Amino acid sequence: MRLTLRVWRQKNPHTPGQMATYDVDNISADMSFLEMLDTLNEELILRGDDPVAFDHDCREGICGACSLVINGDAHGPERTTTCQLHMRSFSDGDTIDVEPWRASAFPVVKDLVVDRSSFDRIIQAGGYVSVPTGAAPDAHATPVPKADADFAFEHAECIGCGACVAACPNGSAMLFTSAKVNHLNVLPQGAPERETRVLDMVAQMDDEGFGGCTLAGECATACPKGIPLPSIAAMNKEWLRANRKAKR
Amino acid sequence: MTSSYTAYTVGAPLADTKAPAGPVAERWDTRRFEAKLVNPANRRKHTVIVVGTGLAGGAAGATLAEQGYHVVQFCYQDSPRRAHSIAAQGGINAAKNYRNDGDSIHRLFYDTVKGGDFRARESNVHRLAQISVEIIDQCVAQGVPFAREYGGLLDTRSFGGVQVSRTFYARGQTGQQLLLGAYQALSRQIAAGTVEMHARTEMLDLIVVDGKARGIVARDLVTGEISSHFADAVVLATGGYGNVFYLSTNAMNSNATAVWRAHRRGAYFANPCFTQIHPTCIPRTGDHQSKLTLMSESLRNDGRIWVPKARGDDRPAREIPEEERDYYLERIYPSFGNLVPRDIASRAAKNVCDEGRGVGPGGQGVYLDFADAIARMGRAKVEEKYGNLFDMYARITAEDPYETPMRIYPAVHYTMGGLWVDYDLQTTVPGLFAIGEANFSDHGANRLGASALMQGLADGYFVLPSTINDYLARNARPEPVDASHPAAESALRETRRRIERLLAVDGDRTPDSFHRELGELMWEYCGMARTEEGLRKALGRIPEIREEFWRRIKVPGSGEEFNQSLEKANRIVDYLELAELMCLDALHREESCGGHFREESQTPDGEAARDDERFAYAAAWEFAPGAAPVLHKEDLVFEYVHPTQRSYA
Amino acid sequence: MALASRQDTAPSRKPPVRRPTGLRGFWGSTVGKKTVMAVSGLIMLGYLVAHMIGNLKIFFGTDEFNGYAHWLRTMGEPVLHYEWALWIVRVLLLAAVVGHAAAAYQLSRRDLRARPVAYAHKRRRASYATRTMRWGGIILLLFIVWHLLDLTTLTVNENAQAGRPYENVVATFSTWYGNTIYVVAMLAVGLHIRHGFWSAAQTLGVGNATRERFLKVTANLLALVLTVGFLSVPVAVMTGLVG
Repeated sequence: MRLTLRVWRQKNPHTPGQMATYDVDNISADMSFLEMLDTLNEELILRGDDPVAFDHDCREGICGACSLVINGDAHGPERTTTCQLHMRSFSDGDTIDVEPWRASAFPVVKDLVVDRSSFDRIIQAGGYVSVPTGAAPDAHATPVPKADADFAFEHAECIGCGACVAACPNGSAMLFTSAKVNHLNVLPQGAPERETRVLDMVAQMDDEGFGGCTLAGECATACPKGIPLPSIAAMNKEWLRANRKAKR
Repeated sequence: MTSSYTAYTVGAPLADTKAPAGPVAERWDTRRFEAKLVNPANRRKHTVIVVGTGLAGGAAGATLAEQGYHVVQFCYQDSPRRAHSIAAQGGINAAKNYRNDGDSIHRLFYDTVKGGDFRARESNVHRLAQISVEIIDQCVAQGVPFAREYGGLLDTRSFGGVQVSRTFYARGQTGQQLLLGAYQALSRQIAAGTVEMHARTEMLDLIVVDGKARGIVARDLVTGEISSHFADAVVLATGGYGNVFYLSTNAMNSNATAVWRAHRRGAYFANPCFTQIHPTCIPRTGDHQSKLTLMSESLRNDGRIWVPKARGDDRPAREIPEEERDYYLERIYPSFGNLVPRDIASRAAKNVCDEGRGVGPGGQGVYLDFADAIARMGRAKVEEKYGNLFDMYARITAEDPYETPMRIYPAVHYTMGGLWVDYDLQTTVPGLFAIGEANFSDHGANRLGASALMQGLADGYFVLPSTINDYLARNARPEPVDASHPAAESALRETRRRIERLLAVDGDRTPDSFHRELGELMWEYCGMARTEEGLRKALGRIPEIREEFWRRIKVPGSGEEFNQSLEKANRIVDYLELAELMCLDALHREESCGGHFREESQTPDGEAARDDERFAYAAAWEFAPGAAPVLHKEDLVFEYVHPTQRSYA
Repeated sequence: MALASRQDTAPSRKPPVRRPTGLRGFWGSTVGKKTVMAVSGLIMLGYLVAHMIGNLKIFFGTDEFNGYAHWLRTMGEPVLHYEWALWIVRVLLLAAVVGHAAAAYQLSRRDLRARPVAYAHKRRRASYATRTMRWGGIILLLFIVWHLLDLTTLTVNENAQAGRPYENVVATFSTWYGNTIYVVAMLAVGLHIRHGFWSAAQTLGVGNATRERFLKVTANLLALVLTVGFLSVPVAVMTGLVG
């Protein structure tokens, strides 16, 4: 098929960017969206133009590197990561807009690449269990009810791609933060740091300049891993509980 | 027949001097006791560079920092959480024997040595089996959400090539969950200021001062700045080199630059031809294919693999009656059936496809059928166990695997070869350590399923943090070095020159076009089945591609900016050299073993025929500037698991 | 940047970050501000339910309605002095309005800063009720001011008579602009409650997967009942049912 692409081009963080238009031809429906961009880039290189920069790595939908807003949707029209989006979701002659994640906490590095280190700093604020290597008891010492284990897993599936922030009208990172808080706080292993974890992570999230949550629900719709919206409510509950209990 | 190849020379034999003598089960304890320790108060004075943040690197960085060392860590990804360990699906082995099904440390040890077709070092493998038990404890304590049963205890499953249920898993995302555990431990240290993390920074060279590894040259991928970083020891946790094949299940940016540059600086490269072809990947759809996607091997627990009995049978799968199907693995290997080790399953798939019985576009595929499993367990149970894999398959192929059987085909997945390391995981360059997939140590000629995660974490959490102490204690007061040291200056200069050279060619071919060409060549001649003729052809062709590369490569942009084409081209330079060594190694090893199948060396019924007389050694290659590589043989001694012809019939 | 191989000043462990605690920490957090909004919103919602029920007394005639209005002032007697109960409610409501508005203002400013660049590809996001929370809130704030001037202080109500609320209500709803303002505001109230109630439940951590449906239905029901209840009065005046 033949497509028209309108792609955000920005040389570096300090230069203003704009949308640029490209035509691509001979696109197969079996191609992934990123393979379609590869095709474009091959042409651009041979023409002597700068190829479009975009983050990608595993191309299996798990590393969380790919991060494109396609026709206004984070990761495009299907509920998946950009790398797992295939061109069969589009039709011949379509015009497709491709933009980077937009949020002040995710500054653009180049073209479609953004800096998501703010997510790392949220994890660094408390998204871990303080257990030095070698200090662990036998794995079966603490049984975990299956329901809790499943709840933890459901939230641990977050790949940290940032689609939630990109989709949120307020650029809020509540879904990302809540996923990690809920994963660890429901487990007995995470219990000793339950209060400090949620308080510190939420505070770091605010410090990074993410917006507040208005429960618009766009994040959960965009999330390729299906982290559910009630995850945010569960974190709010943890946060309120921690405020009551925190002995600091 | 004696080797007639002249493209290499044979050097002095190599031996692992670090593994203590004595009973294999006591060696690790003995080594830990004999190793010198660094006083806790002195640890913060030592800087250790760790390159890579996958399971091995992330775990090592976190653990070394916990011990009190100052860790400077690098990854090319935008976040340490994205290292490709994250894509591992199936699970992690541990000899916990929670099932009471006859498992033990010794059995895991035995299975791994046998599964590796007797080309791994017994001491290392036994240590791996011992440590496997602690890994699970550690990960559970970190909050890794392993699958659990209703009683709240951990669930396990059996996994490709073994008959006990020792594989712990977290749905189909075990690698992700384990990596996030290591990433979180690392994040805790970054917050504490004990790990200095450089994301989006790629190692481009090793700095060796007075014969010891003292630092690295790295490029900031955002600004393009090339700088040197110094330490008392350097740890490479940079993964495997499967991307030499262009199409593989590795991440797009996984690369061999760090290990290859270390090799050029003196680290021996062992068994480069040992690559694992994974049997259950989604077949390619066309020339646009940029990478291959693995479907967890756990699918073979319940799925049945078959092709039509007749050649060229192009009826839809569901219309082929039972008696016209050939469940070839169950037929050839009745006791292991669909669970034979990866190399065997892959080669069997290639054989039936070569016979013209392959399915799907181009006949490059076999069916993996869940109809029986769905009938037996019900769709809900199948969905619970494999739901996310089925979803992934459906998304990529637009076919519903609940209705029609999946199509699978083998793909390059893992490289057992890597930098040669001793029992301490130290390379032949003092102070340079290699852990995880980057080293060659534990899997021999073939890796068992769910063992990569085990090895990465064993190396990172437990082995390296113990053994590196010994090196640092014995080198307590290294000479201070900085960027003005001649060795550092020359490494920086060489790196800059290489980048400038790449940009200066301004030819007419893209980096990808060269990568694809090399990959096709390697898959054809150094892939699932290798022949002397083919390998010689490849060895003739690679230098030509290399020459053409330096004449026609086109890299747009500059070196002082975010430039993904430059990153790619720079990695291909190293693939073009490493590929040659892989072919040479494959050519010299005139036997079949594990993932290395030489058509000249097979049993009458087509199985790999080892030649223990001549090849029971690890081949460690030394880089010789301007001359042929030098082969150093480390003889493998089997005191506990006696080599037999592997039989899974 | 090149690092010295051995650091003379070894990196020390950072002390744990000290974050403001107590009320300052609470108000300083986006989640804390949202909690203030949720609690104040629920207070106002509770008041609206009572207010709406009281309004319906207008259908029982002048005496009953005016008597009810008088009772509001004598509520709590003899423990409380005349009008004290009413003033307590007024102070509470004022605090709720101020807290709600201040938090909303600060959060909105923050949200706009967090997403400074819009997507070139425009797409309708979120539901109508969600998208109109900010404008709806401003409309409601303006309405409250007018409503107090109209029926409490009687400043803008022509023909107003102190102590005769029944007649004053009829007077308001006998003008086109009185009706227009009121109808627009009540529709805004409905939309605001529809998202606000559900949102408050999430903020207070009451929401979870199983209660999701219940909360949404309750939110819609509350919005509907309140809007219909409030609008029944002007409709009755316009149709002559009340006059």
